Amino acid sequence: MSAQSGGRLHARFKLNHPGFALDVDLDLSGRGVTALYGPSGSGKTSCLRIIAGLTRSAPGSMAYVAVNDQVWQDDTMHLFVPVYQRALGYVFQDANLFTHLSVAQNLAYGMRRVTQAQRHVALDQAVDLLGIARLMDRQPATLSGGERQRVAIARALATSPRLLLLDEPLAALDAQRKSEVLPYLEKLQYELEIPVLYVSHALDEVARLAGQLVLLDAGRVLACGPTSELLTRLDLALAHGDTAGAIINATVLNHDPDDHLSTVGFAGGNLFVPQQAVATGKPLRIRVQARDVSLTLQRQTGTSILNILTVTVTALSADSPGQVMVALDAGGCPLLARVTSRSANALGLAPGLALYAQIKGAAILG
Amino acid sequence: MSSDIYWGALVLTLRLAGLTTLLLLLLGTPLAWWLARTRSWLKGPVGALVALPIVLPPTVIGFYLLVVMGPQGPLGQLTQAMGLGLLPFSFAGLVVGSVFYSLPFVVQPLQNAFESVGDRPLEAAATLRASPLDTFFSVVLPLARSGYLTATVMGFAHTIGEFGVVLMIGGNIPDKTRVLSVQIYDHVEALQYMQAHWLAAGMVLFSFVVLLTLYTFNPTGRRQGGLGP
Repeated sequence: MSAQSGGRLHARFKLNHPGFALDVDLDLSGRGVTALYGPSGSGKTSCLRIIAGLTRSAPGSMAYVAVNDQVWQDDTMHLFVPVYQRALGYVFQDANLFTHLSVAQNLAYGMRRVTQAQRHVALDQAVDLLGIARLMDRQPATLSGGERQRVAIARALATSPRLLLLDEPLAALDAQRKSEVLPYLEKLQYELEIPVLYVSHALDEVARLAGQLVLLDAGRVLACGPTSELLTRLDLALAHGDTAGAIINATVLNHDPDDHLSTVGFAGGNLFVPQQAVATGKPLRIRVQARDVSLTLQRQTGTSILNILTVTVTALSADSPGQVMVALDAGGCPLLARVTSRSANALGLAPGLALYAQIKGAAILG
Repeated sequence: MSSDIYWGALVLTLRLAGLTTLLLLLLGTPLAWWLARTRSWLKGPVGALVALPIVLPPTVIGFYLLVVMGPQGPLGQLTQAMGLGLLPFSFAGLVVGSVFYSLPFVVQPLQNAFESVGDRPLEAAATLRASPLDTFFSVVLPLARSGYLTATVMGFAHTIGEFGVVLMIGGNIPDKTRVLSVQIYDHVEALQYMQAHWLAAGMVLFSFVVLLTLYTFNPTGRRQGGLGP
């Protein structure tokens, strides 16, 4: 849809504000969503604000920000491009629409300030992508939280940014509003070739949206890499506890309307999932939670469990007391299983052991 | 006493209040913006200076303006050097005096309006490619419009109501410095209560209508304006 090739963001900063330090080096390339994930106070939003130029680092700190070939900030050269001269889109946590303008005027505000030559996202395209065509004449005060956030995203896109920065755009929404906006965010990464930096402290959003993950804690980068990899790395807290789970990028193979099931395939085999309204051949992202996976040495027959995969143990790590987290490999795709320590001993689990993983339920992520 | 005197005083008063309000909106906007946005230690002292006319007797302001604009004063020497003559007892002098006298009534509502706009719309505008000046006209002004209404009405009405400063630096020269409030004073001095009544009642009515308009059409101004509505 867009002629713009995927951008490359390089951001490096070392800040020492009183009571808060940030030491980050990010080099993100290509398209797709990169999530900045971490607990509150880990410095996610600060990173985003510095990249945008909304926060200026205090004297004595070092910051370097470049997108594609354009350097936006280089403290060693005393270079600082003001926010309004940076080709970025920024979506605030609470939308931050102009209350004195209608939805249409809000959308036009940024677009009118970009020269014709720099426009590569048409207004109609942004409006269609976010499904806000029927809201154009409304005032921001009359919109729901989810609608406001969709208008804010479209407003940012209409400036044809080279980098889209989203600061917890769903944090202020309840579960229902959230599920109303998520599909649109998902569509963005397929439809537009704009790199997206997505700040979040919600694992479900990250698992669903982000291809790449940057794990922040206390102002430092703990780990950085593909989401499916980081979610299953046993040395990280992400891969432990009740919420731990793996992501499988699968393809829809066929539908069985009688049993209301769809079959999806991936490198590790096929899985049955509740029937999806996704066409055959289309990608489907699936989350398999560690607590829903059990392990057997022999392939079980006469079981109600539909999904059984052949896997190899790659690593083991203690989880909560009495529980062990097991990292598995299913045809090159990482999986997690949480079993009791007693079972782990009884089965003689050890790296390299081949066995069967039974999956009780798989959550569909879009 | 003919009606010409009334007309002269009325026209003079409206001209003075109109010109003063216009000057105050032009000067007060950058000053109020600076007061609303700055983190400098000067914010306190400058804010206090701006507010002084609220607490000082008008005679004190008039006295110092007289000294500064007089032949020996710095402003007086400047205006003389520029060939403008002296400001006291002239219409221009009244305008200068009124600007000082009504300054807080314009600057404070504007400052409050700017402060209530806050950082967030400015940040949104910056991420949408609007320069700071562009942002001021396209975002700040519309969001602060009720503050402007309050400032305009308060500045205008307060200038119409001034008396002490006018008497100190303007004297009582028909068609030059004799404004309505001075005219009323003259009538009372001369025991012409009937004429004084006409003017005084007119001003009561005018002030009431102005404030009624402000309270009716600008309900948010009550929250934004530091003074009055």
